[in-house]
Amino acid sequence: MTPLLTVEGLTKAYPGVVANDHVSFDVMPGEVHALLGENGAGKSTLVKMIYGLVKPDSGRMTLRGAPFEPAEPRAARAEGVAMVFQHFSLFEALNVAENVALGMEAPPPQHQLAARIREVSETYGLPLDPGRIVGDLSAGERQRVEIIRCLLQDPKLLIMDEPTSVLTPQEVGILFETLRKLAAEGTAILYISHKLEEIRALCDAATILRLGKVVDSCDPREKSAAELAEMMVGAKLRRPERAKRALGEVVVELDGLSLPPASPFGTPLRDISFRVRAGEVLGIGGVAGNGQDELLAALSGEAQTRPEAIRLHGAPIGHLDPNPRRRIAVLAAPEERLGHAAAPDMSLTENALLTAAIRQGLAVNGFLKWPAARAFAEKIIETFDVRTPGAGNAARALSGGNLQKFVIGREVLQRPELLVVNQPTWGVDAAAAAAIRQALLDLAASGAAVIVISQDLDELLEISDRFAALNEGRLTAPRPADGLTLEEIGLMMGGAHDMEVAHVDG
Amino acid sequence: MDLSAINPVLLVASLMVAATPILLAAIGELVVEKSGVLNLGVEGMMITGAVCGFVVAVETGSPALGFVCAALGGAALALLFGLLTQYLMSNQVATGLGLTLFGLGLSALIGQSYVGIKAPATPRLEIPLLSDLPVLGRIVFSHDLMVYLSLALVAGVWMLLKYSRAGLILRAVGENHEAAHALGYKVIRIRLTAIAFGGACAGLGGAYLSLVRVPQWTEGMTAGAGWIALAIVVFASWRAWRVLLGAYLFGGITVLQLNLQAAGAAIPVEVLSMSPYLITILVLVVMSAGRARAALNAPASLGRVFHASN
Amino acid sequence: MIRLEKRPAPSRFWAGLTPVLAVLATMAAGAVLFAALGKDPVEAIRTIFWDPLFHESFAAYSRPQLMVKAGPLILIAIGLSLGFRAGIWNIGAEGQYIMGAICGAGAGLALYPSESFLLFPLMVAAGALGGWGWAMIPAVLKTRFGTNEILVSLMLVYVAENILASVSSGLLRNPEGMGFPGSRNLQQWAAAANPELIANTGMHWGVVTAFVAVIFAYVLLNRHMLGFQIRLTGQSPRAARFAGVDPARLILICLGLSGALAGAAGLFEVAGPAGQISIDFGSGYGFTAIIVAFLGRLHPVGILLAGLLMALTYIGGELAQLMLGLPSAAIQLFQGMLLFFLLAMDMSANYRVRIGKPEVA
Repeated sequence: MTPLLTVEGLTKAYPGVVANDHVSFDVMPGEVHALLGENGAGKSTLVKMIYGLVKPDSGRMTLRGAPFEPAEPRAARAEGVAMVFQHFSLFEALNVAENVALGMEAPPPQHQLAARIREVSETYGLPLDPGRIVGDLSAGERQRVEIIRCLLQDPKLLIMDEPTSVLTPQEVGILFETLRKLAAEGTAILYISHKLEEIRALCDAATILRLGKVVDSCDPREKSAAELAEMMVGAKLRRPERAKRALGEVVVELDGLSLPPASPFGTPLRDISFRVRAGEVLGIGGVAGNGQDELLAALSGEAQTRPEAIRLHGAPIGHLDPNPRRRIAVLAAPEERLGHAAAPDMSLTENALLTAAIRQGLAVNGFLKWPAARAFAEKIIETFDVRTPGAGNAARALSGGNLQKFVIGREVLQRPELLVVNQPTWGVDAAAAAAIRQALLDLAASGAAVIVISQDLDELLEISDRFAALNEGRLTAPRPADGLTLEEIGLMMGGAHDMEVAHVDG
Repeated sequence: MDLSAINPVLLVASLMVAATPILLAAIGELVVEKSGVLNLGVEGMMITGAVCGFVVAVETGSPALGFVCAALGGAALALLFGLLTQYLMSNQVATGLGLTLFGLGLSALIGQSYVGIKAPATPRLEIPLLSDLPVLGRIVFSHDLMVYLSLALVAGVWMLLKYSRAGLILRAVGENHEAAHALGYKVIRIRLTAIAFGGACAGLGGAYLSLVRVPQWTEGMTAGAGWIALAIVVFASWRAWRVLLGAYLFGGITVLQLNLQAAGAAIPVEVLSMSPYLITILVLVVMSAGRARAALNAPASLGRVFHASN
Repeated sequence: MIRLEKRPAPSRFWAGLTPVLAVLATMAAGAVLFAALGKDPVEAIRTIFWDPLFHESFAAYSRPQLMVKAGPLILIAIGLSLGFRAGIWNIGAEGQYIMGAICGAGAGLALYPSESFLLFPLMVAAGALGGWGWAMIPAVLKTRFGTNEILVSLMLVYVAENILASVSSGLLRNPEGMGFPGSRNLQQWAAAANPELIANTGMHWGVVTAFVAVIFAYVLLNRHMLGFQIRLTGQSPRAARFAGVDPARLILICLGLSGALAGAAGLFEVAGPAGQISIDFGSGYGFTAIIVAFLGRLHPVGILLAGLLMALTYIGGELAQLMLGLPSAAIQLFQGMLLFFLLAMDMSANYRVRIGKPEVA
């Protein structure tokens, strides 16, 4: 059998980094082919070249034996290549049918298109109402829009970029059924992920990328997850150490916290209650867009609530702004590093000042103590091994992992009694992620209460004492993390949001 | 005061004339903003259109040619804005302000030897029978072509945005330029087209002032009409028909206050002539107070700089 | 093909160099413009930029004028720059300038013919208060209803102009002026006048205040928490909220400060160089100050230099009008071009120009 897609010596360099260095591999028709690699290994650049979004510096591709040089996505789509993006290429204010139409070359009139969307969505077990506004859909439903947009074009090669990061375990199972059916029909699937178990469960072949180069290829079904991890990272990973520790008294207590949405397509928080003790890590899971940002905002003070909805050592604090909360050692690190946790164009010294002015005494009567701010920034850089030429560097010049270490380090070094973090290792390389998780565990060991909001279930199971899940702004009752199965977690996250198993015949 | 001096039929007819410049500029700006670009230079493009249209009409004796050149002049100035904001990624607010200041200077320079000249008359469209109808004929069927063109533009923009694929792509670009780019749409090219269209409309609006409404050239004659057009887009919460409503409401206020001035109302002249601006502020306040609903229709990428990194 | 590439960090070198390059480019484009108008470009440029300062017979008159024109421009631009940095766009400084003059002069004229030494300070306070109050309208509407401050502050310019027209022929009209519109001349009233402090320098209290404002803004932006919060809000509003900045408070402060400074500038002008409230008092300083603020890169020292440069183009422009018959509109256009060239070159601080293989974009 001839390969559907052949990639030979594909190279793409950006200033300061070679994103892809002579990458070669083949994809067979009907094959589910994994592209495995850490964040920053060059997976996204590679598929963007196949989809015509980025032009390679050198190398060549062939599709069905013919030279393939898509100048733009339109050309790639015309050749039967479709892509589901990690950060969806959707338009919130438009409805499902309009979103689908935008991804097609010559869409049929709206009513016909709506009928076809219904038809395809039912065939593949992805129910979807064409008239709904995308902004009102859940993350899983949004992914269905993307997938259906691809399926309507009858693709020969379907590229999926980290598709399961927005799904519950049950939804992942159903998605895999759909993908297997597609593969059985002869569609090749290029599946990008860094989640090893998924790749072992789904894929027929794997190409492993590290720092832009192909380092290995294998049949993932014949390898263990540990072996795959070693190929991906290039070294054995140390799991964070978790000392057994005694829990102290209750530090923070949420009692019926509700919050209206801040933006037209935001999620409201509904009646959230839990307690976290000193020395405890509470892990909060859930699919993206189920109230994670809102919960962090309510805890950090960016959004205010009823005073009694949040209590610190019994004292109501729900009405306090971020700075008064910092004064009483309630600290937070939001998900978005650039533009929320840190100001991209400001130096690390200025970014240290951003949250540490109060607890580190960096301002006297409103006048800033720059030398002290600089010293604090340098302390973070040193303690957390942040790789940067110096504290005078702009935040946006740092890699994701280094900036995240700086952001977490900035809060940890201020000795919080309660630290709330959202997606602490999102888009961060494995070494930095391990360091950050260790820092959070050490902080808890020193007697702080830690709340980790994350969409990475492995991470949550690794570091939390108790686990709860957010689903449409509601939080389940926390349960001990020890012994929880993926199945149970999936049900806590809401199971399969009205999805059904694909029922394609043949 | 003699209110009987105000003829309601003439009032409505002149309302349409008074509203047309703002309507033209606002419908153009609506398209620009729907594509995700905030061009605050409407005033500058209008006044440039006013002077271009006036000079060409005087020199050639043809108002039609004047209008064409006004549209071209406005579009040219708009493309300058497009070049700066889309290719050189300058701040849209600052560049729009700059465009206004630049346009005011440019128009003053071009028009300096045309002050005090009268423009050739733009013919009214006399439609047999219809124009002779009582009341309705005077109000609806005896205007110049530009009034009808402006109405057709509103209908055209409405249809474009609601029903056409081009309109869908335009809205998509204004909603989320990164996603549009990822799907392979040429964000910058689409926005430049919208910007040029907006400039042409503003130019037409300006020329309507200098060729029909006034009709003379004086420095700074737009007197804030461009800014009011911007306000009307907000008032309309980015809907074509509501732009029409807003412009005609505003035209009504303008005409009424002028009529009251002429009728010698007991209200001081200054209060009357500041009333359009005060009412614009009032309308903005009312609209923004109920913002949650309007925000749904505001393009999400409005005013944000787009740079395709990879 | 030429393409732009984002720099890892903003370049200080380019940030400092772009205004200079923009001035040079404007001179070049201006020379072309003047040549197109049939003037000798070299002579025109020299008349605008050189003669006001160094010409043997004009400089004596022009040099003091430099301070007189630069004073209000700098004072207003400093206030505007604080808001612009925070992403708060007060573009109605012209209106605040006019209202400041009306309120300040009105407060003085109400006490005519007092000779108290407190009169002038009182007028300054009233002027600043007038400008502050006028700027509070868009500020309160924005914080209370989320109304766009750009449009409101601009609309209020036209309202202020109408008020000016009304009071100069009504409320504040000189009762001894034989019915002509315009107020009493404040310069001829010692207690209310804003005189030239040192002969032949053009230095008056407004210029002194402008210099103080430059120093104040510098300290605020570089050494004070409020200045840090202003910069942070402009760069990333969400990070600012996370850092505990109250956006509404910042809007009130920035619009209030810029309004107060514009109002004070109006008072210094009406009690000094202009002398009286009259219908043509509004001179466009409020709009030109926007150019000054950007040309100075929103930096206090930059604004000081930009204010002097812009004042030079005013005086040089008048001189060129007198000597070469250069139309006054040409200077207005010249100033607009300067802003454009600056904005066009602005990207060089944040982007690098690359010449290389084209990329699908």
